[in-house]
Amino acid sequence: MSDRLVAAIADMREEEALGLVREMLERGVAPMAILDAAREAMAIVGQRYQEGRYFLPELLLSGEMLSQITDILKPELARLPEVKRHGKVVIGTVKGDIHDIGKNIVSFMLDVNGFDVLDLGVDVSPEAFVAAIKDSQAQVVGLSGFLTLAFDAMRETVRAIEKAGLREGVKIMIGGGQVGEEIRQYVGADAYGQDAMAAVALARGWVGAR
Amino acid sequence: MGKQLSPDEKREALWQGRLSPKDPQGNALQFQSPEAEKAYRERVQRVKDAIEMEKLPDRVPVTIFPSMFPWAYAGMTVEEAMRDYGKCAAAFKQFVLDFEPDIHWGAAAPGPSKCYEILDYRLYSWPGHGVAPEHCYQCNEGEYMKADEYDALIQDPSGYFSHVYLPRVFGALAGLPMLPFLPGIVEIYGVAFNFIPFALPPVQETFRALFEAGAEALKWAGAIASADAELATLGFPTLLGGFTKAPFDFIGDTLRGTRGIMLDMYRRPEKLQEAMEALTPLMIKMGVASAQMTGNPLIFVPLHKGADGFISDEQFREFYWPTLKEVILGLIEGGCVPLPAAEGRYASRLEIIQDLPRGKTVWMIDLTDMAMVKETLGQNACLLGNVPSALLKVGTPEEVTEYCRKLIETAGRGGGFILANGSFFDEARPENVKAMVEAARKYGAY
Repeated sequence: MSDRLVAAIADMREEEALGLVREMLERGVAPMAILDAAREAMAIVGQRYQEGRYFLPELLLSGEMLSQITDILKPELARLPEVKRHGKVVIGTVKGDIHDIGKNIVSFMLDVNGFDVLDLGVDVSPEAFVAAIKDSQAQVVGLSGFLTLAFDAMRETVRAIEKAGLREGVKIMIGGGQVGEEIRQYVGADAYGQDAMAAVALARGWVGAR
Repeated sequence: MGKQLSPDEKREALWQGRLSPKDPQGNALQFQSPEAEKAYRERVQRVKDAIEMEKLPDRVPVTIFPSMFPWAYAGMTVEEAMRDYGKCAAAFKQFVLDFEPDIHWGAAAPGPSKCYEILDYRLYSWPGHGVAPEHCYQCNEGEYMKADEYDALIQDPSGYFSHVYLPRVFGALAGLPMLPFLPGIVEIYGVAFNFIPFALPPVQETFRALFEAGAEALKWAGAIASADAELATLGFPTLLGGFTKAPFDFIGDTLRGTRGIMLDMYRRPEKLQEAMEALTPLMIKMGVASAQMTGNPLIFVPLHKGADGFISDEQFREFYWPTLKEVILGLIEGGCVPLPAAEGRYASRLEIIQDLPRGKTVWMIDLTDMAMVKETLGQNACLLGNVPSALLKVGTPEEVTEYCRKLIETAGRGGGFILANGSFFDEARPENVKAMVEAARKYGAY
């Protein structure tokens, strides 16, 4: 049955997936086992996205399914179990810019690929990035931006991280809209990524995950 | 009754109107010099030839299609440009005179902030109102249309807008839902009852806001129209007639939001399709009516959620392209020249979108490989753009010149190309923008 659940989620059959979760609970399947199946399915979704078979609709729908399943299971679980993670990534759209579609895809892909993602949202000030890096001890920072104004905001954020004495401890990647190698140099980041797969590969390389 | 014009005749009439421009009184436009008059006609003809792909223009036309760059260049904040209409218009005029593009796109981009304030517009944040003074306004994405409202939208899009959508995105229009159902005023029994709502205080307050916002918009329009008019007398035409949207983006951008529409593709695909079909004739009408009103043939169609990476090719074919294609063909039928802007990357869609009548559209291309675009879409459509915003912001003039030279070689071959930036930009080094315009003169001769 757990195989059927994995397939239902991975193949975007929402109603069937939620029905199966309820049925499994009624039959006494351990909530943890159900959650594991859901996570296995999310990894498949991430894989299919990486292969260019899935896109935004599938990432959003699978995310919806996972959060609905977690809601169903919550009362049954004393606390949500910790998952082993490769490393921590602080991510956000830089100050002045409120675009978040690209950033959300990157967050999703980092999460399903085993990273602990601290998503600061949009219009994030350099100070907020600095504070989050300090608090979380993140090894990787992702700066996102869609508008041309984001180039300067990214540059200011990198400077603020330097000023706070944190630059040595983190790798910084940038992405979004018009970002490329010229902008990476301008901003002073370590790398840029054209898509979410590039972000995952960069983060993996930096934290030494497989 | 005059005879019905064919689509090509309608389009040619718009072009001829541009080639022999009139002043607001309907008399032949008085140019400021014979040189300005000559330059004006040459510029319109150059762009017309590039678009129609029948004969080569004298050289590759060049334009700058910016977002807030003209006002940043003038040293003013976007907030100022949105508040002071005269300054906004003057700065735009100076921008065109300094950079001399073949066509310009008018000074409407900043818009009147006071109008939005009066209406308590919630869909956007703008400078001085949730965004820093020097930044451009940005859309606050959300589910402004609920998932269960498709039927209401499909059955009566205008009624849905007036009674549900507009009051949601404009705080000051809370009285609109109290307005009567207008077809109820079909005969005498329907008159008195249906006029009662106009006596209700919330409705009257809403109308007061509408009068005030309208007056503000009119003041603003006067200022920016005078910039257009003066630029014309100095030899600089605009061809922008208005805008419309792909039905998928119409729903996905500001009604259901990205998350909403993407989930709807799985949860209620039939409703989404039905709504897009219901909106298609309205999207066509929106473009054709504004082209007729302004006398300008180009209808801008910004494309958003069909780009590479958003949805699959299969989903693009099923959900995005059919109604967009209908809109494009409808605009052509109505005598317009559709200008879809393929923001981001469009490589995987080229094969699908190239299926259009030749010489009837202009496509703004952002980051897609131009050699690939030229071989596919570019066989049937004029291409515009592809100079990256990032290069204009952080590159050197030499780099821009070199990029444009190569671009003209690739995309300009055989005509059907207008040199321009590929995406909207607020910030750039002015010398880089200048280098782009000069490249067309230096390398663009046919």
